[in-house]
Amino acid sequence: MARSAPHDAKPDGDRRAPKRPKLAVWKFSSCDGCQLSLLDCEDELLAVAEAVEIAYFLEATRARIRGPYDVSLVEGSITTPDDIRRIQKIRGQSRLLVTIGACATAGGIQALRNFARIHDFVTAVYPTPHYIETLATSTPIHDYVPVDLELRGCPIDKHQLLELLSALLNGRAPVLPTHAVCVECKMRGVPCVAVAKGAPCLGPVTQAGCGALCPAVGRACYGCFGPQESPNCSALAATLKAGGLERRQIAHAFRSFNAGAEAFRRESEVHD
Amino acid sequence: MTQRTHRGDTAGNDAAVLDRDGLAALIAGLSAAGFSVIGPRIADGAVVLDEITDIADLPAGWRVDQAPGRVETRPADPDAPPHLFDTVLPAQGLKRYLYPPRRRLWQADRDAAGGWHLSDEDAQPPPALAFLGLRPCELAAVAVQDRVFLEGPYADSDYAARRRRAVLIAVNCTRAAATCFCASMGTGPRATAGYDLALTEIPDPDAPRFLAEAGSDRGRALLADLPQRSADPTDRAAADAATAEATRQMDPANGGRAMIGDVADLLRRTLDHPHWDRVAERCLGCTNCTLVCPTCFCATVEDETTLDGATATRWRRWDSCFAVGFSYMHGGSVRREMSARYRQWMTHKLAHWHDQFGVSGCVGCGRCIAWCPVGIDITAEAQAIAASEER
Repeated sequence: MARSAPHDAKPDGDRRAPKRPKLAVWKFSSCDGCQLSLLDCEDELLAVAEAVEIAYFLEATRARIRGPYDVSLVEGSITTPDDIRRIQKIRGQSRLLVTIGACATAGGIQALRNFARIHDFVTAVYPTPHYIETLATSTPIHDYVPVDLELRGCPIDKHQLLELLSALLNGRAPVLPTHAVCVECKMRGVPCVAVAKGAPCLGPVTQAGCGALCPAVGRACYGCFGPQESPNCSALAATLKAGGLERRQIAHAFRSFNAGAEAFRRESEVHD
Repeated sequence: MTQRTHRGDTAGNDAAVLDRDGLAALIAGLSAAGFSVIGPRIADGAVVLDEITDIADLPAGWRVDQAPGRVETRPADPDAPPHLFDTVLPAQGLKRYLYPPRRRLWQADRDAAGGWHLSDEDAQPPPALAFLGLRPCELAAVAVQDRVFLEGPYADSDYAARRRRAVLIAVNCTRAAATCFCASMGTGPRATAGYDLALTEIPDPDAPRFLAEAGSDRGRALLADLPQRSADPTDRAAADAATAEATRQMDPANGGRAMIGDVADLLRRTLDHPHWDRVAERCLGCTNCTLVCPTCFCATVEDETTLDGATATRWRRWDSCFAVGFSYMHGGSVRREMSARYRQWMTHKLAHWHDQFGVSGCVGCGRCIAWCPVGIDITAEAQAIAASEER
């Protein structure tokens, strides 16, 4: 990540525009919500467009600039044989590859297929199933190619995206803590919804980054940022059970947007 | 405070009786003197410390009950005595006001000539805050943080400025939550020092009132300005009986909670005890205990830049020994196992704090017990280790 930063190049007032890094945004199996977080930057969007050359971003422009790319943001999971070929090609063209969102980092909600038989879905949904060429699973990008950095979330947090871009542009490490959401609740002064309301909150096992979005409005965290750095899911599951959740409900709590993330997958299977 | 004229009957005396009008006058007087008054309020189904502008903002008619992993905030029974402060502790104490969760340490701005201009954060005056309704354990916690931040060669100037300006008005405890154990830590339920004013609520249905005691010149000046009457022996006896009731509730003989004696020595000699692994099976590593603890002070430093690289900012933010990254050094984190992280916290708090700061890091407020999502209980863990040693 530590390339010489463009802004450090010419402190002496050289008017030539520094060469801007080329940014590409790619989509795999996903809803596009994470790449839209880039457009959602609104106030900062012009600054982003000035700082990087947007070379490939179909949600924003049909213009395409050929690779190689300095940074590739990759959204979505791998669900087809063609996805595998395409991500390998993108990896080859990208100096830095950053996966964005629960689909790209854990397989997404569509990883629910990993717990069932894909043939059953295909025959139930499509009138002519033999047209469908698909993998049996939905899996994260890092299962197929080396990934330099991951941004979690469903969707990702725009502040984390800006932090990532700013860190890359300025040649420093991005600040992306991997501790629990609870840190963000406490910093905001949000009383714990699990303790005060008995809410089935996944915050203690979920990675921070959202700014405690749901607990701040009185809702339990549903784990859309995936497992924190050292999740103790079985201890949380025991507490959820003591709080009255049924076995099936506990399985469902861990089996949502990050169903494919190792710690959540294992805990959901314990309660299958 | 500005120059005052004495209006009260007991002007010059350190104890007086205030009725609710007197308390309202205290809030109004502090506001008029430019202070934001911070006190307990009901918010988000819990009690939090927040700005209050009127006596009506206080949680009158509310009651808080606490147990390991559970805090219940509900309207009091209609026939209960008329309390303003029956809500034990707010979810977080005044730590977040004296030692904010995130604080800018400095900011550097690039100027047109390519040089850097550095901000001076200490030039910012701290907010003028008056805290109303602080529990004795919280005063004790402030005294602990004073040692951490103000003593030694590296005093924290921001903490010092906030601390110097803060007015501390305590309310002695007349009821202990099931998680409270201040009596065994020697920090409550009645404040003995560290306050400007200490109130004891006497919830007499016919004459709800407070015994008010001044503990500083600033407190004496505040008190002198309030409508009041002198405290008679009945008032003092009622206040004594009310706080004695909280002590009685914390007595293990009555089913109350206490920290075992000699816990520091116990923990120093049981660093390899198998109980640490048993706690780790339950511990979520979520950091909640450390962040609600009124004495925990650990922080990390983060850098931020603008996209164009024209501004760089360094922030200090709360961190926790339960975060894996907290013990990160060259090559990795030192305390990767949950058992190592829990042990670090508990032994620092109860044993090594003495070596470092000459005082226990625990004031017996019980927040770590109440606000732990799985109800891990520091007093019970200490007892379990002690019990297994005796076997």
